Amino acid sequence: MKKSEHILLAKDNEDYALLLQRAIETANIDANLQIVRDGQEAIDYLTGAEPYADRTRHPFPKLVLLDLKMPRMDGFEVLSAVRQRLGFTRLPVIVLTNSDNPADIKRAYELGATSYFQKPDSLEGLDEMIHVLHAYWLKFNHFPD
Amino acid sequence: MAPKLNNPVSILIADDDAQDTMLVQLAVKRAALGLRLDSVADGAEAIDYLMGRSQYADRQSHPFPSMLLLDLKMPRLSGFDVLQYVRGQSGLRQLPVVIFSSSDDPKDIQRAYNEGANSYLCKPHSNEDLSALLRALEEYWCKFNHFPSGH
Repeated sequence: MKKSEHILLAKDNEDYALLLQRAIETANIDANLQIVRDGQEAIDYLTGAEPYADRTRHPFPKLVLLDLKMPRMDGFEVLSAVRQRLGFTRLPVIVLTNSDNPADIKRAYELGATSYFQKPDSLEGLDEMIHVLHAYWLKFNHFPD
Repeated sequence: MAPKLNNPVSILIADDDAQDTMLVQLAVKRAALGLRLDSVADGAEAIDYLMGRSQYADRQSHPFPSMLLLDLKMPRLSGFDVLQYVRGQSGLRQLPVVIFSSSDDPKDIQRAYNEGANSYLCKPHSNEDLSALLRALEEYWCKFNHFPSGH
């Protein structure tokens, strides 16, 4: 991986976002985490609305990590907006949540989630998740232009 | 939480190149990956398998897969045809589909995502690269990903 990739994280818990940031730094992965705190901010970021209009500082992400339970607009609403209203059919969106409820899993896939992860609740688990995400998406997967 | 292996993940490979399928099987065996592999040789068979039709009616011996590893260029029905069918069929729509193709043509990549592929992998040229790719695939899809419950 030569150039730095951008990953958009939509998660209302700032501490968890920082832990993820730390895991990326520890793993020495050349990826930039862009953090938004709810579903509406995620949509604003993706559409390049203010305060995310500057694409040099807020580039369109390679992939999105999306929590389900968020204020204002939840992850399901984000998924359906991204896939239908906004037509971002090619953007990988990985749900990252506490829930392992089969109904949530099914609904997320139906709305167009690329993949569904349950949040690791240890630092070790987080490190391994970052490692695996990086290996799969940034080393092996081919993205559309 | 230490990442756990979710209950046996089964992958359906649809590829008309028997040698490629064999290489995948061999690499999975060699690395002792916790995967079950089933295979079909063209797009029409893939759809029969997913729908549990004709020779695939017995779900004991032909379980509904956790995910589909799909070649693009296949006789009878192509990978794109299968993808369209899967995404248009309620009950199949949620199935994760990973393209596994020798094409790295941007047009194919673009089209695959447009039609609802979850991910796009290119077939590696060496056995070593294939093993590395399958290991990443196993760790990602089997250790971390949660699948929708099958049929």
